[in-house]
Amino acid sequence: MAVPLNAAKAKSRKLPTSRSSVSLKRMMSNRYLYLMLLPTVLYFLIFEYKPMYGAVIAFKDFNPFAGVAGSPWVGFKNFEKFFESYYFFRLLKNTFLMSFYSLLFIFPASLAFALLLNELRLKKLKSFLQTVSYLPHFISLIVICGMIIDFTKPGGIINSLLLGIGFITEPIQFLILPEWFRTIYVGSGMWQSLGWNSIIYLAALSGINPSLYEAAVVDGAGRWKQLTHITLPGILPTVLILLILNVGTLLNVGWDKIILLYNPGTYVTADVISTFVYRRGVMEADYSFSAAVGLFNSIINFTLLVLANRISRKTTESSLW
Amino acid sequence: MVIKRSIPEMIFDNCNVLFLIFCSFLFLYPMWYVLVSSFSDAHAIAAGEVSFWPEGFNVDAYKLVFEDQRIWTAYGNTFIYVIAGTFINLVLTTLGAYPLSRKNLEGRSLIMAFIVFTMFFSGGLIPAYLNVRELGLYDTRWALLLPGAVSAFNLIVMRTFFQSIPDSLIESAKIDGAHDFRILLQIVLPLSMPVLAVMTLFYAVGHWNSWFPAMIYLQDRNLFPLQLILREILIQSSAQNMLAGVTQDEVFRISESIKFATIIIATVPILLIYPFLQKYFVKGVMIGALKE
Repeated sequence: MAVPLNAAKAKSRKLPTSRSSVSLKRMMSNRYLYLMLLPTVLYFLIFEYKPMYGAVIAFKDFNPFAGVAGSPWVGFKNFEKFFESYYFFRLLKNTFLMSFYSLLFIFPASLAFALLLNELRLKKLKSFLQTVSYLPHFISLIVICGMIIDFTKPGGIINSLLLGIGFITEPIQFLILPEWFRTIYVGSGMWQSLGWNSIIYLAALSGINPSLYEAAVVDGAGRWKQLTHITLPGILPTVLILLILNVGTLLNVGWDKIILLYNPGTYVTADVISTFVYRRGVMEADYSFSAAVGLFNSIINFTLLVLANRISRKTTESSLW
Repeated sequence: MVIKRSIPEMIFDNCNVLFLIFCSFLFLYPMWYVLVSSFSDAHAIAAGEVSFWPEGFNVDAYKLVFEDQRIWTAYGNTFIYVIAGTFINLVLTTLGAYPLSRKNLEGRSLIMAFIVFTMFFSGGLIPAYLNVRELGLYDTRWALLLPGAVSAFNLIVMRTFFQSIPDSLIESAKIDGAHDFRILLQIVLPLSMPVLAVMTLFYAVGHWNSWFPAMIYLQDRNLFPLQLILREILIQSSAQNMLAGVTQDEVFRISESIKFATIIIATVPILLIYPFLQKYFVKGVMIGALKE
């Protein structure tokens, strides 16, 4: 995932102390710039902020005919219903584990991949590998899931391979067995994002001053010493901020891939908050309840991110805002 | 300058090369398998005989897919969504990014915060869904074009690029009497081709691959994009329906390879442009990510 490290640097803290005539004059001279901004600002109001207001239906008993404003308030009823439901812990656990395992396996693997690429001296091979490893990022999810379904079925190439080397004696119905769902999710996620995730590390690696390596060679440092004393410290800030950002999005698992791969038989491990919201809200039209579940998730995500960012600012001096 | 390598270093380098070549095999093989399977006989695929080369080479699957009207309609729809959607994306992102890149714009930090906040917090799926219904966009093409019309992330990338254009250039144009729209069109945009290329690619690939909004907002099958039809064929395995009227064995024979042929047809446009555009994608990530 790409991260705008300087995302909100623009949010500088200096606001003019007095709304003097000078600044008014400046606003007038920039009137076309404001006009230009208008459509974009309207977009954000209508398609981002209006739904944020719409999220109040989580506290209401929403009736489509009465609209958001006209529906009666019910307080925290929908939230209580969710917290007390049988699904609450299962969803929380599945959501957490899905992204925890992704973080645990894909994050270090991407870093390792970037470091190995960086050690590669054959430039042609390096650029070929980069091209090849970014490719899965651009293949549509439908196609990827179609391939997963085909590869993991009995008689698919994964089962054939495992049978061929004698690892298993019976074909495994990977997508029907709940215990395999996370493995498939994380494994295919690795294929999809390993290369793309490594870009940001490669960029950080290319930012390390080459004279450091030259000096190290003069001092007699071998490749391993160069790695531990120059390369790793050089990219540490990038690694840390990505790690913290990842921790901040731990409960933010997308619905797309899961919806395409799960079935009622694997809900026990595969169903996460966002897929639950999709089923209850879009498919069963239980709007208020699912909006409450979604809002709960948004608030947790936001809180985690703010916390992670604060920790990052204190410990690494780099932060998102 | 050739530095002499020690023996452990040479061992490491060689193992590294071998390992990375193996990785590239893992990245490529699934796509290769799909490609050769699409040209193979279905019995051979089912028997696990296909591995590196087509077995029982034939193009029947492609013939069937090309005869299927659903796929052509969906292909056309996807082109509409990609072209119109990307155009809207580019216009709105540019119109947002340029003013916000001007340092003398009063209140720009406030507006920026207003935009950036949406990257970190959202009302959630259900309010967004109801919003689209309320606006009367449900089951229209606009439901796939307007929501998501500006990505805050891309706007930041573009703004970062615009900020690198020298102020003096813009100031002198202003002194010559050009107003902001003209400056944007005639001075800033011609200098911004790299970032425009990146944005076009990000947005266009996004539209090409998008399916979830179509799934929840569209009912009318005539509006379906390609990915949604693909979902029916690949995920819901309705390849059978496509073949109503063919004998049982033939159904099986073709349905297996049809899956692979549709994957290829839906992915070929991306695979064709990808090698040429790859460097731009990477550049885009860098502009956005590593501006310290």
